[in-house]
Amino acid sequence: MILLEDVHFAYDGLYTALRGVSLQIDECERIAIVGSNGAGKTTLVKHLNGLLRPDQGRVILDGVDTKHFSVAELAREIGLVMQNPDHQLFLDSVEREVLFSLENLGYSKEESKARCNRTLNNLGLEGLSERSPFTLSGGERKRVALASVLATEPRILSLDEPTIGQDARQKENLAKMLGELNEKGKAVIVVTHDIEFVIENFPRTIAMANGRIIADGPTNSVLSNDDVLERCSLTRPQLTETARCLHKVFPEVTERLTLIDDLEAVVVKVLGGG
Amino acid sequence: MPLIEFIDFSFKYLGADSLALRKVNLNISDGEYVVITGPSGCGKTTLCRAINGLVPQFHRGYIAGNVTVDGKNTRAHNVADFAPIAGLVFQQPENQLVTLNVEREIAFGPENLGVEPTEIRRRVDELIDMLDLEHLREKHPHEMSGGEQQRVAIAATLALKPKVLVADEPTSNLDPQSAETILDLIADLNRRDLTVVLVEHRLDLVSKDASRVVLMDQGCIVADGEPRDVLSMDICQEIGVGIPKATQLYKRLKQRGFNLDKVPLTGAELAILVQEAKQR
Repeated sequence: MILLEDVHFAYDGLYTALRGVSLQIDECERIAIVGSNGAGKTTLVKHLNGLLRPDQGRVILDGVDTKHFSVAELAREIGLVMQNPDHQLFLDSVEREVLFSLENLGYSKEESKARCNRTLNNLGLEGLSERSPFTLSGGERKRVALASVLATEPRILSLDEPTIGQDARQKENLAKMLGELNEKGKAVIVVTHDIEFVIENFPRTIAMANGRIIADGPTNSVLSNDDVLERCSLTRPQLTETARCLHKVFPEVTERLTLIDDLEAVVVKVLGGG
Repeated sequence: MPLIEFIDFSFKYLGADSLALRKVNLNISDGEYVVITGPSGCGKTTLCRAINGLVPQFHRGYIAGNVTVDGKNTRAHNVADFAPIAGLVFQQPENQLVTLNVEREIAFGPENLGVEPTEIRRRVDELIDMLDLEHLREKHPHEMSGGEQQRVAIAATLALKPKVLVADEPTSNLDPQSAETILDLIADLNRRDLTVVLVEHRLDLVSKDASRVVLMDQGCIVADGEPRDVLSMDICQEIGVGIPKATQLYKRLKQRGFNLDKVPLTGAELAILVQEAKQR
């Protein structure tokens, strides 16, 4: 669906952020992009919707080079939620903020209203629709920014650090909503440091360092690689740490990346139950 | 007398429909490391602001009850009076840094309080050494990574010699390794007798260092105690607080009849407890 071919980019022609990035994103994919601060993750997702244009290389959507499309045209296909909600929010009520993007994309008043209500409900913002975003907490503002883009249901959804400031319940709600959009055929791309959120929700992981992709593949193999974790400034998740320590004593415990259900079953076995 | 004392304290922001804090009672003593956690919008940030007088002196609103910090009632003193007592560090360091290089940034606070220049010079050098900022000494904050900026923001806050460091999600914009560096630094400052109040969602990173966890929901304190006790309570999941995965697995094992000797907070602790249970 979207293809990046050897994309290079430098800010002001001086500060190199991408040094030859190639990747393909298909419909229905769920992809996480990880990497340390300054690795080029945000620069990469800004190329998807044309906010930035490659100095070299191409970004191709449905077979057509996106240089032929304006940012407004691309916005119909590709939604981007930026890391800092304050760079995105500008209206004086939560509801108007969400309706703005829907009406701009040409949805009728009724349809916009229905989508807005549904999205606010899904993200636990229903009681706040009349509030000004600037009176909300950091986590709530982040969800308003998410709502304004999620409501438009673009074909490709890219989210820059969506879990910052969110508690466990809000993360679950977000994951559920992304899962539902994904089932409708939308591709979901997140940039994140939240490794547990990645393990639980994203089958494919792209790891970046110094403006290049250093690994791209199934999440459980990319994130089991210590070298990748180190170069991406990630720390080992607690359950992987547990599995590793246990593996030294109980060889039957695999030391790979693991979900809580799997580790629970393994530990129960070790302890001689179930 | 406790360093920080909330007595039946309630607060509602001007124009808001509901209370941000409801009848909060909380005592924090010298040397404690208190982690404040709870679902988003539960009042954590307001609680931080109430410790250094930003609430009610800067953020106005309806107020009931009292907060006393180092013997001073926040109703009766302005924010400047609390600057040398409670140092606040925020989520976004770039919102906090105001000058063009690290030395000036650290000197800015004490200069404004009229501290002697020789003493300021001494504090700047001491903090640059303690927080490992030598290589950044001449750098502009915008040339630094988020983790470096946050270290500078902490140094600038410590230059005021506060009795308590109040940090509101200081690592949420940082990558996990930078976050770990900052949290290790905060734990180290606490071991040097600085009182710490830290707001954090990622309890897997902080609960091993904290002496106490305070759980908030809808403006109220709903649990308060030792990290292992609070994090193994069912109320955490009920209100949507993410407990460390190791603690979560401990609880699941307990439900299935496998009792480990204590509540683990880290992956390594859990692995040791499982080994001990197996050997029994």
